[in-house]
Amino acid sequence: MRVLLRARESRWLAPAAVAIAVLVTLLLTAGPIRLAGANPVAAYQRYLVTPLTTIGGLNEVLLASTPLIFTGLAVAIAFRVGYYNIGAEGQFLAGAAAATVPGLYLADAPAAVALPLALGAGAIGGTAWGFVPAWLKRHAHIDEVVTTLLLNPVALLMVQGLLNGPWRNSESGFPDSDRYGAGYTLPAIVEGTRTHWGFLIALVLVAITFVVMSFTPLGLRLKAAGQAPAAARFSGIPVSRLQWRCALVSGGVAGLGGAVQVLGVQHQLTGGISSGYGYTGVVIAALGGLTAGGVLLVALLLGTMTVGAQNASITLQLPTQMGTIVSSTLLLAVVSVLSLRHYRLVFRRRPRAVEGGEAS
Amino acid sequence: MNFPLFAILAATLTIATPLVWAALGAVINERAGVLNLGIEGTMYAGAFCGFLATAMSGSLWFGVAAALVSGLLAGALMALLTVTLGVNQHVAGIGTTLLLVAVCNFTNRLLFSDGSQTTTEKFDRLLPGGGLLSQYPMTYVAFLILAPALWWVLRSSGFGLRLRAVGENPEAADAAGIPVAKTRYAALILGGALMALGGSFLTLSLLGSFTIDIVSGRGWICIALVIFGRWQVWPVVGGALLFAVADALQLQLAITPLFSDVPNEVLIAFPYLVVILALAIWGRGVRYPGAYLKPYRRA
Repeated sequence: MRVLLRARESRWLAPAAVAIAVLVTLLLTAGPIRLAGANPVAAYQRYLVTPLTTIGGLNEVLLASTPLIFTGLAVAIAFRVGYYNIGAEGQFLAGAAAATVPGLYLADAPAAVALPLALGAGAIGGTAWGFVPAWLKRHAHIDEVVTTLLLNPVALLMVQGLLNGPWRNSESGFPDSDRYGAGYTLPAIVEGTRTHWGFLIALVLVAITFVVMSFTPLGLRLKAAGQAPAAARFSGIPVSRLQWRCALVSGGVAGLGGAVQVLGVQHQLTGGISSGYGYTGVVIAALGGLTAGGVLLVALLLGTMTVGAQNASITLQLPTQMGTIVSSTLLLAVVSVLSLRHYRLVFRRRPRAVEGGEAS
Repeated sequence: MNFPLFAILAATLTIATPLVWAALGAVINERAGVLNLGIEGTMYAGAFCGFLATAMSGSLWFGVAAALVSGLLAGALMALLTVTLGVNQHVAGIGTTLLLVAVCNFTNRLLFSDGSQTTTEKFDRLLPGGGLLSQYPMTYVAFLILAPALWWVLRSSGFGLRLRAVGENPEAADAAGIPVAKTRYAALILGGALMALGGSFLTLSLLGSFTIDIVSGRGWICIALVIFGRWQVWPVVGGALLFAVADALQLQLAITPLFSDVPNEVLIAFPYLVVILALAIWGRGVRYPGAYLKPYRRA
């Protein structure tokens, strides 16, 4: 039996690989679920099915998916052009903090002014947080992975510092900001439910990214710069300029996500505003194949699992961390199995060894 | 103001210890051509498994052994993903970190769900009585044994030469008969063990207990230190000391009346910013290992 490179792939191969990876994930995660004293089948049903069976559940899924679409898209935009922005977490937090500035200091603004102002501030905040790593990458060739990663804890410290200092709640004294003015609320899409206009903003961004990536020369250049930077440079594509721009756009998208989260859900800044959305964004972008449609689908899947994990922690006493275990196992399983699809097994005796023939 | 120089220097050595262990683990990985972003999760796993085994068995040495094993396994997982399967190293590393942190927190929640803070015994400082040399055993090992030994291994030993060859030019190494995949596996497993032992320092020497988010970005700092130290053992140790001085200084300033008005968070963020600044000044135009981020396949 030997392992050989495949000359060509058939169309069913990638979907089959993903199906195998899902199966592997279910098998691997059944163990810890058992350890926690829950029935794996019941747990999977809670994670993947229950949230989708009621209107209220669906609503929560869309709500939970919204920040994930932003961070997933932010990471995908950057990764696609070969800029490894792992700082969506910090950029998300910076966006939330920036949107809080008008929310607290211009509290009386009417919604027509307030919302664009706060959303714009969020996008600028995220871009600003992504600016330093992008600048260092472009002008000093300093690895963006390290600088974006290091700025994540700094962003969290900044938010905590603001909440313990100038923005401490004036009524309760807790480290949460005061509530924003009335104009700073992203309204619900349907009256009486919680899914807000932020979800539609996310959909618009997905659509724009999809069109740019798939149907414009710019999209093709971005792809070339990401997949074969040397060849792209040779054919006259300004790789580092494209990376620079995508890095800023990526930060802006993540920051907008932070703004949407505070304006749509919390209506105040809290220290726990991002429960690891930036890092989950890396999972989503990678699982979504760095495409806009893929990001949307995977974000909805992980949103479902987030709601399901909360549900399962109450009904099955299964700690919510199980949701992260499942999603990160799924990521590793999918990328692993997908890497195998380039090979095929040959079940026949090795042809007579040519001289110096290798053992494998 | 009486400047507490010796207190700061003593704290510097303590703070630098987990960084030296983990960053030297990362040096081994990257010299073999693999960027291991699983470092944060591996340190977390080392901290948690060390604590858990000590709490269960009552023996610190069981704790150290458990941390070691968790690091070997985490390194083997990274090796499977990046060497055998050739997965994108950024994605594999972040995925590994997320997985390990979630598994540790999950287990922690299951075993200690009543919220009671379990504490274990912890290592004593050698040469008690304070002063610069009153440090934990792992601090001594890090500076006096690990760093010199690794420096020698990478520079002069056969294993070190093979490791560097595999990280610089796997094609040539392969042609010369060096088993590329095996060498990289060895590098990742050994490096993982050092990272996890570095993490266990936090629970078994410093705290004697485990808290959520105990590693808090130290792994990312190590990745930065490795670039800052240009993949050389002693400069990386120097970088760890630089970060630790900044951290010790901010801890000292936090209890100095003159700085009582400065928000605590600004002081905590200070060492991170020092590392970024140091990278910006001395990290430009560094030469990465030749096969950095590149999986190797025989053509």
